[in-house]
Parts: sequence; structure tokens; C-alpha cells
Amino acid sequence: MIEFQDLYKAFDGKQVLRGFELKIRDAETVVIIGYSGSGKSVALKHIVGLLHPDAGDVIVDGQAVSTLDRGGLTQLRQGIGYVFQFAALFDSMSVAENLELGLRRRGLGDEEIEERVREALALVDLSGTGDRMPAELSGGMRKRVGIARAIALRPRYILYDEPTTGLDPVTSAVIDRLMVRTREHLRVTGVMVTHDMRSAYTVGDRIAMLYEGRVRQVGTPEEIQQTEDPVVRQFIEGRPE
Amino acid sequence: MIQAIGRRSIAAIEAVGRVGHFVMDMTRALSDLGVWARLLIGQMRRIGVDSLPVALFIAAFTGVVLALQASYTFTGAVPLYFVGTLVGKTMMLELGPVLTGLALAGRVGASMAAELGTMKVTEQVDALETLAYDPQSYLVVPRVLAATLMFPVIVAFAIATGIVTGWLTSLALLDLSTPDFLKGLKLFYLFKDIWFGLLKSASFGCTIALVGCIVGLSTRGGAEGVGRSTTRAVVYSAIFILVLDAFWAVVLL
Repeated sequence: MIEFQDLYKAFDGKQVLRGFELKIRDAETVVIIGYSGSGKSVALKHIVGLLHPDAGDVIVDGQAVSTLDRGGLTQLRQGIGYVFQFAALFDSMSVAENLELGLRRRGLGDEEIEERVREALALVDLSGTGDRMPAELSGGMRKRVGIARAIALRPRYILYDEPTTGLDPVTSAVIDRLMVRTREHLRVTGVMVTHDMRSAYTVGDRIAMLYEGRVRQVGTPEEIQQTEDPVVRQFIEGRPE
Repeated sequence: MIQAIGRRSIAAIEAVGRVGHFVMDMTRALSDLGVWARLLIGQMRRIGVDSLPVALFIAAFTGVVLALQASYTFTGAVPLYFVGTLVGKTMMLELGPVLTGLALAGRVGASMAAELGTMKVTEQVDALETLAYDPQSYLVVPRVLAATLMFPVIVAFAIATGIVTGWLTSLALLDLSTPDFLKGLKLFYLFKDIWFGLLKSASFGCTIALVGCIVGLSTRGGAEGVGRSTTRAVVYSAIFILVLDAFWAVVLL
């Protein structure tokens, strides 16, 4: 289980998170929605210790992330896959090498690494692209490789940072289907950050709206669709006022 | 005015603190041998072998100029075989290490800052961390160690090249015989001349790589930020090389 406990974070005097609280139960996928710059990605980065909170903490499997030393963080990160907004593939490595890097860190043998890379690429419909370089791939393919890199690790948790941003509707739908398939195949707990409502309804078991640094509302996709909260309504309907 | 001085002083102290923290982190990452050891050879090749042509080109012409300038200065006042002394001493003690260092600050330091800066702004460094790698042991340690180990090798070749081109110039243009050139070369030679130059170049290599890594990993703000980091890495490296050069002269000579 992942639990955000009264999380505060500011950058250069600008308060981004102000008492953010949210629980993500095992095997569910929670989607965090909110305006651009509302702190969604900031919240996500606290889960893996890429950012350190000003106050409060994130509890992952009973461990307070901000209290972990380098060894503890390494241990924690070995159980988490992270899909970055722009994939963050290592551009000096081939697709297969991108996937292998995390697996080598986990001390797996060459045969198992090869098997997992093949399996992960097949799961994202990119079989046979292992030798290609990231620069040779389209935006959608890069995102799928990013997802493959995360799922090859067979993590307990997968964190998606705006996985469909900048993609055309069809490619977005492919990515959504892929995330659903990943959850069903691997039974992982997922946290996705997005402002793409179609994606949120497709992927999320629950949806939480982050507004002014706190959770404004959390509920199932149906509950969110029927909300009477004017701020949430405006956001999900995409109305300017 | 006073406020501005205060702000700059605080910023300078903070920068020193950050560098100290970075170096401590790097020292701690040395224990992660399994990660950095397999990357070391690749970095040694990139920093060492790939930099050799630039270093040798500079050293070759430096040797020519040194021989000609020595002859110009000595003619009529000092025996010409002192050309060998000046070429040898200057290449070993000063121009070999410093000119190579300055040239490689541009080549190696800039390339490290640009590479790591791009990785930083495209979240590749964050990705590395989420894959349970410490960027210090994966990115910094192999680069700093490779530069520290390879700079003395490059400088040794540069010194030898400079001396050889100085000798060839003396033969071809100065009517100086090989025995005379060698006599001059051996005249005030001390073993310290060699290790002083090589020690200095190891410190230059370490500094250039450290500056490139620190500046690269603190890059912010996209392509413009990468450009700024690259320039900053070259300027800081050049300044540190000159300061270190003076430091070693005071301490060891």
C-alpha cells in the first residue's frame, strides 16, 4: 500500500503540495487528475524518493520514504516501475539495452534477462524492435518502450507520469489498453498522473482530483463523472469557466 | 552594494558546500564497484584514446615553437644545446600538462557537461535512479576515475611528442646535432620533472571530470540550460587548471 500523509512541498517559495493525503490500496490503480502545474508529478516523484518532502511523508509498504537511506531507497525502487512523461529512454542504448539495465541491477542471469525483455516487448506489441535506437522510434513507440522497461522488472507498483500526453487519440487508446492489460496480467498496484479524462476513466479504479495542493475529491470513475463539486465538474468537462 | 556582496558570499559558500557534498557522495559511491567497474574501460577509451590526437597535435607544434623561441633567445648569449634543456623542462613541467589540460577541458569537460546535462533535463538521470542505480556510481565515478587515470597517460605522450618535434626542429632548422640536443635535454633533468608533470595532469583530469559532472548534473531548463552548462564547465575547468598549476608549483617546486 502507498499512503501520502499530509505532504507539503514548495519550489522557490511556491507552495505546490499543501497537506496532500491519499491511500492507494494493493492491486488497484488510482489516477490523480488535476490542472497543469498542480503538483501531480511532484506527488508521484515523492513515492520513489526523487523529491524530498518539506513536511509529511509517503509511506510505501509501511516504510516512510523520506527516512530511507541510499540502501533503503535502492531496495524500495527495486519494487517500483516508473513510466516517465517523455519516456526518458537512455538515448545511447538500444531498446533492448534500455530494458536490460534495470534487470541487470537486480542480478538476473543473461537468459532470464533475455526472456523478460522479449516478454515485455511482446506485451507492448513491440516484438523485434530490440535492436533499434530510441531516436528511431515514434512518440507512441517510445512511451510503449517506457512501459515495457517498467513491466520487465515485474514490480509491485507501477507509476505512470502522464503516459498519454502529446499522443494522438488512437495511440492514447493503445496506451490505455496496455495499462489495463498490464494491471490484469501482472496484478500490480498502479498510480497514474494525467489530465486526459478518457484515459483516467479507462484505466482508473479510483480517481483523485488534486487541487490547490490537496485532494479535492476521490471516488470511482462513475462517482467522479456524477460529481456535483463545481471545481471537479469544470475540470472533467473541460469548461473554461 | 553590501546586500549584493552578502548575497554573492552566501551563494559562494553554498556552492562550496554543494561541491563538498557531491565529492562525499562520490567517495561513498566508490564502494559500488559492481556498477562502475564495468563502465570504467569504456570511459577510459573515450577520454583517453579519443583525446590523444588533439593532445598530440598541440604538443607537436608546441615543441616546434619552443625550440625556435629558445634558439632566438639564446643566440649569442647561451650555448645552443640549452635548447634541449628548455624544450625538455618546459614540456615536462609546464606546457605538456597545462596546454593538454586546457585543450581537454574544452573537449572532455564540455562533452561531459553536455551529455549529463541532456540526461538531466530529459529525466534520464531520474530514470536511472528509479531503476535503482545511484547516478554517482553509474555516471560520475567512472568518468572521474577514467579522467584521473588517463590524463597522465595522454600528457606523457604529449611531452614525448613535444620533445621529439623540438629535437627534429633543432636538427632541421637550428643546425643543432642530436648529441648536443640530448646533452641539453639531460643537463638539468631530474626524475621529479616527470612525476611532477604527471601528478599535475592527474589532478587536472580529476578536476575537469568533476567540474563536468557537477555542472552537467545541476543543469536546469532544457536546451538553453545545457548550452549554459557546457560553457560554464569549460570556463570553470580552465580557471581551476590555472589555479591548480600555481598551487602545485608553490607546494612541490
